Amino acid sequence: MRPAFLVPLIIFGLVAVALGIGLGLRPAEIPSALIGQPVPTFALPGVPSTAPGLSSADLKGQVSIVNVFASWCIPCREEHPLWMDVAKSGSVVLYGLNYKDTPENAAQWLQTYGNPFKRVGGDFGGRVGIDFGVYGVPETFVIDGNGVIRMKHIGPIDRAALDNEILPKVRELQAAAQAAAKAQ
Amino acid sequence: MEGQLTAELGHFALLLALMIAAVQAVVPLIGAQRDVAPWIAVARPAAFGQFLMVAVAFAALMRAFLISDFSVSAVYQSSHSQMFWLYKLTGTWGNHEGSLLLWILILSGFGAAVAAFGTNLPPALQARVLAVQAMIGVGFLSFIVFTSNPLARVIPVPPEGLGLNPLLQDPGLAFHPPFLYLGYVGFSMAFSFAVAALIEGRVDPAWARWVRPWTLAAWCFLTIGITGGSWWSYYELGWGGFWFWDPVENASFMPWLAGTALLHSAIVVERRDTLKSWTVLLAILTFSLSLLGTFIVRSGVLTSVHAFATDPARGMFILGFLIVVIGGSLTLYALRAPALKSGGLFAPISREGALVLNNLLLATACASVLLGTLYPLLLDALTGDKVTVGPPFFDATFGPLMVPLLAAVTVGPMLPWKRADLMGAAQRLRFVFIAAVLVGFVTWIFTTGMSWPAAVGIVLSVWLVVGSLVPLAERVKLFSVPFTESLQRAAGMPRSVWGMVMAHAGLGFVLLGITVLLTWQTELGTVLKPGQSASLNGYTFTFEGAGNVRGPNYTAVRGVFSVTRDGRPVTTLAPETRSYVGSAMTTTEASIRPVWFGDLYAAIGESDGAGGFAARFYFKPFVQWIWLGAMVMVAGGFVSLSDRRHRVGAPARRGAPAGGKIRTEASAAE
Amino acid sequence: MNRIRSAALAALMALAALTGAPALAQTTIDEVLPDPAMEQRAIAIHKQLRCLVCQNQSIHESNATLAHDLRMLVRERLAVGDTDEQAIQYLVTRYGDWVLLKPPMKPETLALWLGPPIILIVGGVGAFVYFRRARRRAPEAPLSEAEQQRARRMLADPAD
Repeated sequence: MRPAFLVPLIIFGLVAVALGIGLGLRPAEIPSALIGQPVPTFALPGVPSTAPGLSSADLKGQVSIVNVFASWCIPCREEHPLWMDVAKSGSVVLYGLNYKDTPENAAQWLQTYGNPFKRVGGDFGGRVGIDFGVYGVPETFVIDGNGVIRMKHIGPIDRAALDNEILPKVRELQAAAQAAAKAQ
Repeated sequence: MEGQLTAELGHFALLLALMIAAVQAVVPLIGAQRDVAPWIAVARPAAFGQFLMVAVAFAALMRAFLISDFSVSAVYQSSHSQMFWLYKLTGTWGNHEGSLLLWILILSGFGAAVAAFGTNLPPALQARVLAVQAMIGVGFLSFIVFTSNPLARVIPVPPEGLGLNPLLQDPGLAFHPPFLYLGYVGFSMAFSFAVAALIEGRVDPAWARWVRPWTLAAWCFLTIGITGGSWWSYYELGWGGFWFWDPVENASFMPWLAGTALLHSAIVVERRDTLKSWTVLLAILTFSLSLLGTFIVRSGVLTSVHAFATDPARGMFILGFLIVVIGGSLTLYALRAPALKSGGLFAPISREGALVLNNLLLATACASVLLGTLYPLLLDALTGDKVTVGPPFFDATFGPLMVPLLAAVTVGPMLPWKRADLMGAAQRLRFVFIAAVLVGFVTWIFTTGMSWPAAVGIVLSVWLVVGSLVPLAERVKLFSVPFTESLQRAAGMPRSVWGMVMAHAGLGFVLLGITVLLTWQTELGTVLKPGQSASLNGYTFTFEGAGNVRGPNYTAVRGVFSVTRDGRPVTTLAPETRSYVGSAMTTTEASIRPVWFGDLYAAIGESDGAGGFAARFYFKPFVQWIWLGAMVMVAGGFVSLSDRRHRVGAPARRGAPAGGKIRTEASAAE
Repeated sequence: MNRIRSAALAALMALAALTGAPALAQTTIDEVLPDPAMEQRAIAIHKQLRCLVCQNQSIHESNATLAHDLRMLVRERLAVGDTDEQAIQYLVTRYGDWVLLKPPMKPETLALWLGPPIILIVGGVGAFVYFRRARRRAPEAPLSEAEQQRARRMLADPAD
């Protein structure tokens, strides 16, 4: 056997391995370019008679979660009960970013399905969403006490994503903040 | 009830086909190895039987679609009783399961064709080819039987189907897959012949002669499939694009590039008994790329838009199958190919040398497309980084590779075999060169906005079209003998020469179409109220108004635009956007009218709520040349296929040469 | 079936429950810039940016709502005096290099950009070696009489 004739087989082997790994990947999920970056500066009105407005200043001081949602978004309905649970547990403060919606629809939606959010930013033009690198709804951001984006989840969350990814990240950040406070 | 019986019958036929394929994959192979004639003889009837059973299953599925038998899950998933009957029929392959069954039908059909027409093949080779073909069949049949059964039932029977993806309810897309599959699957013949030859340890000119017609036929079908898909995206997507370098497009383009290289290198094997191990490798790779395309489309590993629901389990199965088929054949290649003896020698400057250059550039182009297509996946799998590889990458790498290739297309056929004189060829082509540069110069004078790449494109396309006629003109001694004698000579010329000339000239037309389109197309996006008008390229588009129209299973907004030029009416364009019943999707139906030197193209969009509508107008110069050129190439392929020497089933050995002179010239022509 | 890429993708993706977008999938209304030269610049930039929800289209040729928003954003950036590079960078800081249809040259893409030339060079060297070996096997000698006969036979009947 001459080694040169093995080259096609070797190349195919490498490609096959990558294809095998690729089967487990989710190519449609685009990682955020903003991880480790401070949240963009913004100040948005709230949703009438439902929740007060949200600004970037609100995202400092404690670990928080920002959930991007809209009344026209069907998957949002799917994940919404989980956010209601989180709100009930009180383990972390939840903010909403209402993306490309109308104030009336957003208010009605939150009244129908419940409002887990302490504050909701009405991003009716979608510009703040773009600043956050939002490209679909729902999306979820975990933000530390300094207002720095630490994690992004794309698409609706399920129980597993919440318990294994998002809440552990929240606890880790909360613990780090406490340790930092103690050190001072 | 009767319908359900048919579906069960089809299901049974499918299982029977799998069993027959399993026998066909093993028995003839052992028979050929041990020289047991009765075992070898199993191959042909098994191939016929397998085809028959698959055909029964396919007919059963088709019937279920036609009569809207929603007890069959595939029908329920992708059909609707209100649909136009043609789309019910083509809906048979408008879904994952059904399209796989079509794949298998074509695969077993090619097997049956070898059994029927391959009577001139040595029985042992034929048995091995059919056995390899059946191995592929076993893989695909078990795939659908175990993971994607097209005839699976739904109980209780739903009253109505979920409907076919509106984008598939279009004549262009309805008939696109069969041609694409005829191409993809057709390359399995070259693959089976290559593997059989590796098992036998023998590749010779006779082998190449048997492989070439099958490869050529597959190439023609694939070209039709790709062209049809390109044309479809032009008129259906509403943006007037003809090629997007989308992973799924690339999946069909890579086998085409490799198959084109294979067609040319097989000529060298046939004529000069050399480049054997390379040609065998190309045959394996061409089909492997077809399989890879199937994997890409159905596994969801790359982000592309396609109708098939993706499923990791299916992806796993296809990957396993890829590893067995491609890995197995490449292992066999590594073991056996070194023993293939190279025959005739040749100098770098020679017909063979030109074909080597063709192969080098086509293979590099194919590898670049593969790299660009898989790179996001490879990087993500190895490092977790995500990257976009878009059209600019492919343009930047593919373009420069095509320039020397296209320049050489004209020169290659002018060179004699074994050793050639480049200066001599240059001498014979000097008028073509002058003409090409002249056309480029004149174009530059009379137009604006011509860039360097555009200049190269125009000069090259003239070089291709006129240059590929030179061997023809020389052979018929145009202008050096009376014209009637030239005509006689032309009539007596082998069809393979005609085919080559047409294919090469067609390539020139394609290049010209692409160059002119990309350089001088214009577009305008605007909002118009009834009575308002917009101008583009000297044409005035006046919005006459919009109204609702109703189709069999959709409603549409249709806008009417009258087009005038210098105050004279030219045509009326009526683009639509359609909303389909029971689907969130809308489709764009662009309105296209050919005018002098190009197409007028209009698409209508959303309403601004105040009587205005978003509208897009394009002037697409020379765009039809792209598809017409591709069809000239296909016609060339079929003309060549009809050549006596290539015709499927023609005896491999002919009697004493009759028209010795012409044939020698023909030999020099290829 | 293979080549369905379309504006309708936004709707498809919503069905796939991955991401939602308003089910609008038609040519959307863009307010073009008053300055035609600037509008041309905007369109040129649009063509270089990937539509995020539709995967392999540029925002210029996508009907998705987000693509429309991004188109308008690019126009705004140009209107406030951004250069082309600044306007592109504005989106890159928000969405990453991923929005660039033309992957920038960086360590992760080195193999991509160098791949095609390397393949060509390796192939070229392979062909060169092939010819060298062939020549060594047949040192410059003209064809022997037997070879010539064989060649003639093969030309007359390639099946031999």
